[in-house]
Amino acid sequence: MTTIIIQPIFESWRDAARDLLRHRVPPEEVLWSDGTQGKPLFGSDRPEESATPGPAPRVPPAFLDMARTAAAHQDPRRWAFLYRVLWRLTHGGEKHLLLLATDPDLRQVRQWCKTIGRDIHKMHAFVRFRLVGTDEATGREQFVAWFEPEHRIVRLASSFFEKRFVGMDWSILTPYECVHWDGASLFFTPGVSRESAPDSDALDDLWRTYYANIFNPARLKIQAMQSEMPKKYWKNLPEASLIAGLISDSRKRVQAMLETAARPVKPVPKNAYLESLHKMNEEAADSSD
Amino acid sequence: MELNRKLEILADAAKYDASCASSAAAKKDSRGSTGVGSTGGAGICHSYTPDGRCVSLLKVLLTNTCIYDCHYCINRRSSNVQRARFTPEEVVQLTLDFYKRNYIEGLFLSSGIIRSADHTMELVIEVARKLRVEHRFRGYIHLKTIPEASPALIELAGRYADRISINIELPSEKSLLTLAPEKNLARTQEAMGHIRNKIDERYAEKTKSGAPKPPPFATGQSTQMIVGADDSTDSVILRRADTLYTGYKLRRVYYSGFSPIPEPSSLLPIQAPPLVREHRLYQADWLLRFYGFQVDEITTDSAPNLDLALDPKLSWALRNRDLFPVDVNKAPRESLLRIPGLGVRNTDRIIQARRFTRLRLADLILLRLSMKKLLPFIIAADHTPTLLGLDGDALRSRFLPPPKQMELDFDTPKPAPEDFKSVLSGEI
Repeated sequence: MTTIIIQPIFESWRDAARDLLRHRVPPEEVLWSDGTQGKPLFGSDRPEESATPGPAPRVPPAFLDMARTAAAHQDPRRWAFLYRVLWRLTHGGEKHLLLLATDPDLRQVRQWCKTIGRDIHKMHAFVRFRLVGTDEATGREQFVAWFEPEHRIVRLASSFFEKRFVGMDWSILTPYECVHWDGASLFFTPGVSRESAPDSDALDDLWRTYYANIFNPARLKIQAMQSEMPKKYWKNLPEASLIAGLISDSRKRVQAMLETAARPVKPVPKNAYLESLHKMNEEAADSSD
Repeated sequence: MELNRKLEILADAAKYDASCASSAAAKKDSRGSTGVGSTGGAGICHSYTPDGRCVSLLKVLLTNTCIYDCHYCINRRSSNVQRARFTPEEVVQLTLDFYKRNYIEGLFLSSGIIRSADHTMELVIEVARKLRVEHRFRGYIHLKTIPEASPALIELAGRYADRISINIELPSEKSLLTLAPEKNLARTQEAMGHIRNKIDERYAEKTKSGAPKPPPFATGQSTQMIVGADDSTDSVILRRADTLYTGYKLRRVYYSGFSPIPEPSSLLPIQAPPLVREHRLYQADWLLRFYGFQVDEITTDSAPNLDLALDPKLSWALRNRDLFPVDVNKAPRESLLRIPGLGVRNTDRIIQARRFTRLRLADLILLRLSMKKLLPFIIAADHTPTLLGLDGDALRSRFLPPPKQMELDFDTPKPAPEDFKSVLSGEI
């Protein structure tokens, strides 16, 4: 049995896995440890040198994409699952494995990918930038956001922000890693605590005004809202403080609508354009009779 | 009037338009620019309101003053609602400010008709022009267009917008004549035809090799139909949608269940249709677009309205029991797509996987399929449904929701959370 100690990042797993494959070490002989569960009791961190290493086998790019994504998940079993899938694809002779949606190993890895994909998507959606100032030299506006992703997705999620918010300086702070953009490059720094990020923005009030007024009280679907915007995100969303009030007032508001007397139809005002429309409609009705 | 009050009025005025999609735009971003904005890919919902709707775009009217008198609309000239009007600069600034804070994907701008269609169109276009040209904004822009506006203006709108739309509002000319006397079905469809040609033309130019890159043009158009404001059946509504998809290549038809408005018209029903009707229409719409169904399979002469208790695919399967069971290991794709409980994505997974293995129930469970729905309709390597199950009258009742005490609520019955998920994932 070989114990492999890696950093909890994809690149570290990939280097180790490549080495193991070249030495043809089967998955059942490897224990993976990424330092997040404490030190293993025994074992070495290198495969035994007795075998002559072969060339690293090639794998489909789709596997690397999948592995990179799954690696961001917090589940400690991910390294072993990924190596087992990799082994089966290469030495195991199951080249078609990625097409087998019903395979339990693949199913589990895909499940992690899905969770990560969703976490990234929600980060793209729910990050809220707050204006903190303007750079005196460049005149660029500077924004800071605070976000708490469930998994280690900051690097995977960053290119979206890089392509979108080019014309402003910004930082996204999270508990384990931060990302920054200064107009020229993207860079990463260690995580910080909540207090490092601003609490509000002058525009938050206008945004809440919009949120409250785009809501239609006549069609309450609280479940549908919560399944897409789970409560765990609410504490960092400026609009979320309105939700309870909007829900509790809705019935009263609809009742008021239903009790409002119907408005009579007002006479058509004199307007040349309206007359031309009505004439066109009459002609169309005549010709279709 | 201060900006906050204008935003209250003009967002409230815009909320009856169901569309908020920010997907299917051409891929573009701000690299190499001094502005902000990107589009392409799936579209993002930046928030959700308690009505379950996604907040993706800043959806406002430029003004809610309107010379038209559409009776389902809060902004019609006969309504006593308070009127307001944004300046183009105000909308531009709001869009940029909201966008930079990552509240939104972009702008959905519509307007009441003031003076004439062309005059109104010009004002709407001016906002889009400022955003695109003066501020190098590359986020999503959806412009509502007016069928009677001149083709040159609609073309200009398409240059700046990722999506343009014209609301058809009601599925028949007869209903429009009563409820929206200024609108006309033929004119609306004619304008949609022009837009479709323009989109096709631009697409052909873009894919021609060696030709210079043409100026941008919207990549799609969509529309909205109001459900329950007139007496049209689901069959009439779906037939209209089908015409729009096949004849005019619309990206989306939105169904908006008529809901009470603060300024009710004397011509309208006071009772809103159940929300589940709108949901069933969306499911039927999906069957038309992705599952190879025809309208007269989904609704019939004897049942022109969708069954509110069962999803339309299941209803169809119960009416066509002789076509089942279907063997998941052998049946062609088009037959698999007709199995209740099996969506497009899992159909394709099954087709891929069965090249290498004979599928058993355990495999289908791994795909997280609903066995309750699936079992009576399929054959798997280790499963054949009992003939009794498929032929018995008990089958329909097996799928009906359990009987409940009547709710004293104006919006009964409520669709279950799984129904929402199935709409979102496209799996029926």
